[in-house]
Amino acid sequence: MFEYAPAPESRDVVDIKPSYGLFVNGEFVDGSGSAFKTINPASEEKLAEIAAASAADVDLAVQAARKAFTTWSAMPGAERAKYLFRIARIIQERARELAVLESLDNGKPIRESRDVDLPLVAAHFFYYAGWADKLEYAGYGTRPLGVAGQVIPWNFPLLMLAWKIAPALACGNTVVLKPAETTPLTALLFAEICQQADLPPGVVNIVTGAGETGAAVVNHPDVDKVAFTGSTEVGRLIARSVAGTGKKVTLELGGKAANIVYEDAALDQAVEGIVNGIFFNQGHVCCAGSRLLVQESIAGELLASLKRRLGTLRMGDPLDKNTDIGAINSAAQLAKIRELSDMGEQEGAERWSPACAIPDRGFWFPPTIFTGVAQSHRIAREEIFGPVLSVLTFRTPGEAVEKANNTPFGLSAGVWTEKASLMLWTADRLRAGVVWSNTFNRFDPASPFGGYKESGYGREGGRHGLEAYLR
Amino acid sequence: MSERLSVRKTYKLFIGGAFPRSESGRSYVVTSSKGDFLANASKASRKDARDAVVAARKAFAGWSGATAYNRGQVIYRIAEMLESRRAQFAAELVAADGVSTKKATELVDAAVDRLVWYAGWSDKIGAIRGSANPVAGPYFNLSSTEPTGVVAIVAPPMGPLLGLISVIAPVIVTGNTCVVIASERAPLPSITLSEVLATSDLPGGVVNILTGKPDEIAPWLAGHMDVNALDLTGASPELALTCEELAAENLKRVLRPPTDTIDWLADPGTARMTTFLETKTVWHPIGV
Repeated sequence: MFEYAPAPESRDVVDIKPSYGLFVNGEFVDGSGSAFKTINPASEEKLAEIAAASAADVDLAVQAARKAFTTWSAMPGAERAKYLFRIARIIQERARELAVLESLDNGKPIRESRDVDLPLVAAHFFYYAGWADKLEYAGYGTRPLGVAGQVIPWNFPLLMLAWKIAPALACGNTVVLKPAETTPLTALLFAEICQQADLPPGVVNIVTGAGETGAAVVNHPDVDKVAFTGSTEVGRLIARSVAGTGKKVTLELGGKAANIVYEDAALDQAVEGIVNGIFFNQGHVCCAGSRLLVQESIAGELLASLKRRLGTLRMGDPLDKNTDIGAINSAAQLAKIRELSDMGEQEGAERWSPACAIPDRGFWFPPTIFTGVAQSHRIAREEIFGPVLSVLTFRTPGEAVEKANNTPFGLSAGVWTEKASLMLWTADRLRAGVVWSNTFNRFDPASPFGGYKESGYGREGGRHGLEAYLR
Repeated sequence: MSERLSVRKTYKLFIGGAFPRSESGRSYVVTSSKGDFLANASKASRKDARDAVVAARKAFAGWSGATAYNRGQVIYRIAEMLESRRAQFAAELVAADGVSTKKATELVDAAVDRLVWYAGWSDKIGAIRGSANPVAGPYFNLSSTEPTGVVAIVAPPMGPLLGLISVIAPVIVTGNTCVVIASERAPLPSITLSEVLATSDLPGGVVNILTGKPDEIAPWLAGHMDVNALDLTGASPELALTCEELAAENLKRVLRPPTDTIDWLADPGTARMTTFLETKTVWHPIGV
């Protein structure tokens, strides 16, 4: 392995304030809940003090959104589009600042926040800006729903915000969005961007806080639409709590994606795809390829090659431009990854990680592979949401499909083969919303994303993504 | 000379293409709109509901894997079979709902026409709901529709034929299979419809029909982990709430009951099909 000199991205581009309020009706206001701190997971240093929104604060935000809905929904689509284009441009202008802030608050490598998250965030606003005055051609009706209550996770904080806010606004809805407790900073910087764009007050409201704040958003009687990305466990609670209401709901939940490698696959490319599938963003990806299903005849060769590749991954400072694997987002998530990994060993799977220096401070977990995994093992069934790959083998395509579908989830899957008919045969039978063949973890605003079964319902992205915000 | 004594029909359930009695051995009295005795209908139990789900699941792979053209042909065949029994269904509707023969015939004709309409959708819904997506990179990217799986349906209490056809056809035309709880008040046309389904080349298990109390059966289906979606069109608000809460356990797709009375004679639109469709997006790199 080559030695690399440190190549840190400067954090001077961001100016983090000591404390942040809620963004309600176009202004930053105090929260009445007890404030909490957000930390840098790579160093455990405190980044800022964040206001917590109580139910009363959420109510004010919903009122502001309701008031703004009258004018925002009546505005010609072409005008709404121009606001969204403006926001997209400002995101591009401030992309470096946002990327550094995202890496600081989330722990993801700057290479990813800079090259993946931020370009996709800007693209998402551009994409939906263009729909705002073309809704009558989309086939989902043209009337907005009203106030959208949106709750997003910590793994792609700004990207998930874009996935939620851009289509909602394009369709004429107004929003109250709650970012994740551990990653509120880019959402709050986005609030400033809304101010710079002169977005009318109340169209976007950001309320920070933990689960209680999220519940207040979801359960508010004047919210017409609930959009949630996060765990299946919370998704179930939301589905139950909106029962019997008129609220429209979309849920993008957990996954346990199979990544199927057939014996005729281009192995080097497959290895890159496997690495990208499970180690991208520390495996904090709902559609991560966390179950490798490899055809028995090539299992030995593929695993040797995969282990060699893992030996070249660099874990460490998220702001270093050479870093491949950043920090685990929180102590709680690290504990969960450790618990499930220990369970993997206890249940009889064999654990392997490359030699890898772990920084003294912060939350870290080395890239890990489990072989000899049975379908009944917890590490083959439960979402770990970390850099942990479970390897299973199969003999026939039929067995591959059966194992791939043997999960209550159905978000994504991967297929590696040089034979097009086998690829399409497999893709056809996989019960998953996104199938990556000979690639993995590709995202695009024009491409619908979302799951089957317990991975939730509704699609985000593409023309399909409009359906959730129109009637 | 005495009048000939008619041979009455025994109304049973329709599960997996067969006509079993309820395993519980229960039945209930069905009366006409005037209160006269019509028949003893089977009163399905929890076990019958579970058997129906097993049958529906078993049929799913074959039905969803059939070509859209084939599914369209089968549904058109149902229309043909129904057309040939117009008089019989009209008479059943007159008895069940007390409508005039003219009105009953109009409703039967509308049911036949609705089947024809949906039959034509089988190989078109994917074209209007799918898309080739222009992603910013060298990738082939295609979104297509797929059926959700096993759908449990609470059929509307009113409209024992047209309403029933209007909830079943959109679910199965796209490849789903279903378990239907027929109108408790007027279940007999649903069982006569089963006779039509059984002779229409529809594979056994694609449509399973239960008669009995929705309040009793529907919650078992709503909480069943091998049911993928619920159509609560015919559920009371209380039953709908119970079912939607139970459905959260495995995140079933739920079509809530309508807030207004449905005009079954109106253009149904596509929502009854699209609610029970998934979108699958497949990526592949483009290169040499």
